[in-house]
Amino acid sequence: MLVDAAILVSGFVMIAAGIGAVLARSLLVSILLSGGVSLVASLVFLLMGAPDVAMTEAAIGSGLTTVVYLYAMARARQPDEEDADPLGDAVKGGRR
Amino acid sequence: MMRRVLVFLAVAGLAAALLPLALGTGVPEAPGALATAYLEDAPGDFGAANVVTAIVVSYRGFDTLGEVAVLFAATAGVGALLTRKRLGIGDAEPADKPAATEILVTATGLLTGLLVMFGVYIFLHGHLTPGGGFQGGVVIATALLLGLLARPESKLSHGILSAVESLSGAAYVGMGLAGAFLAWGFLDPRVLPLGRIGSLVSAGSIPVIYSLIGLKVGAELSGILDALKGDRE
Amino acid sequence: MSILEFVSRINPVAASGAVLVLVGVWGVLARPNLFKIAIATSVLETGVNLVILSTGYIRGRTAPILDSAADASTAAARMTDPVPQALVLTAIVIGLAVTALQLSYAVRLRAAGGGSSIESYGDEKW
Repeated sequence: MLVDAAILVSGFVMIAAGIGAVLARSLLVSILLSGGVSLVASLVFLLMGAPDVAMTEAAIGSGLTTVVYLYAMARARQPDEEDADPLGDAVKGGRR
Repeated sequence: MMRRVLVFLAVAGLAAALLPLALGTGVPEAPGALATAYLEDAPGDFGAANVVTAIVVSYRGFDTLGEVAVLFAATAGVGALLTRKRLGIGDAEPADKPAATEILVTATGLLTGLLVMFGVYIFLHGHLTPGGGFQGGVVIATALLLGLLARPESKLSHGILSAVESLSGAAYVGMGLAGAFLAWGFLDPRVLPLGRIGSLVSAGSIPVIYSLIGLKVGAELSGILDALKGDRE
Repeated sequence: MSILEFVSRINPVAASGAVLVLVGVWGVLARPNLFKIAIATSVLETGVNLVILSTGYIRGRTAPILDSAADASTAAARMTDPVPQALVLTAIVIGLAVTALQLSYAVRLRAAGGGSSIESYGDEKW
């Protein structure tokens, strides 16, 4: 029952971080929050007796995925603000 | 406004569908028949201490082979989409990336070997402890990522990466075929002696197959990171 | 039905996973930015993994790894269900590959001069 309570508390943390990731205006904040969702999920996997899955989720879900997002944002020259979409003239003029 | 209503309706409908799953099912008291059979038979069948590894590599080994193929297809897709030509970056573009700090360069030199060694340790012990090919492969990809961060202008040697990837993939299929011809079926690990449960050299060919998966996954994830870095020809 | 009985019938893993699935679907539907859609898909995927794994959660049991304390004869009585774990293990790795593919399409669209809001691709609908 204690483990159940710990899983429920982690579940609330995950849901709060997930809602925050969807609502945040800054893309950087929402990338980090979705990494946090994965990190807490790996804690839940550990609590329910699945250490293999917990290791995978911590290494891939919260580590490598975050790096992939950051690389992609830098490569796309996506401004941090989600709604700031107009492409700069330098980008638009330079390449097609 | 119309869209908000539609989104709300879709989410509410899905919530109604998921409600019995979340609130009504409860927690099972015992594993099902298949899981019980796996738990009881895995040590005797294959001599693997980690039952999850026994399932991933042998009982459901074909599934894992397909999964590695999907990973390969996705890596090829990322590599094909993000070449310099497709991204419209000429060679003329000046390298505007700032140089890495000395701390990062020094730490990379110290840590790269240790990280690769740790990854190899994880996938060699996949049949004894938690971990295995996927986790070890990610650790190896992390070592290569450190290298990319410390020397932004450097290029990974694609020849070595694709050689590691295709050789380990071919060897994986070869081990599967060896199981088909020398033992009971495709990917049967009993082509090598099973040994004593809990020792490093045990569980037949499970450690060999998981090491090959680890090398393949590590090479593929390094390829994804390298392509996203965006200097592919 | 008392409160305690109600709580004991809730599967905590399935409940939090189901709510994460809802959050992810809401994010995919409500946000126009391509990068935001990829992030919401990641959250959705974590939720789906939790829901799959919840079918193997058994109270008070250990991880399915044999050691000197747990040999094969008592394994089935002391350990959790290993089958969903093996399924989710591969699903996580595929999830990373799919996310990377999704992001590289977004990068490619921007590099070709498009915006990163899905609204700017309305003409390509059909």
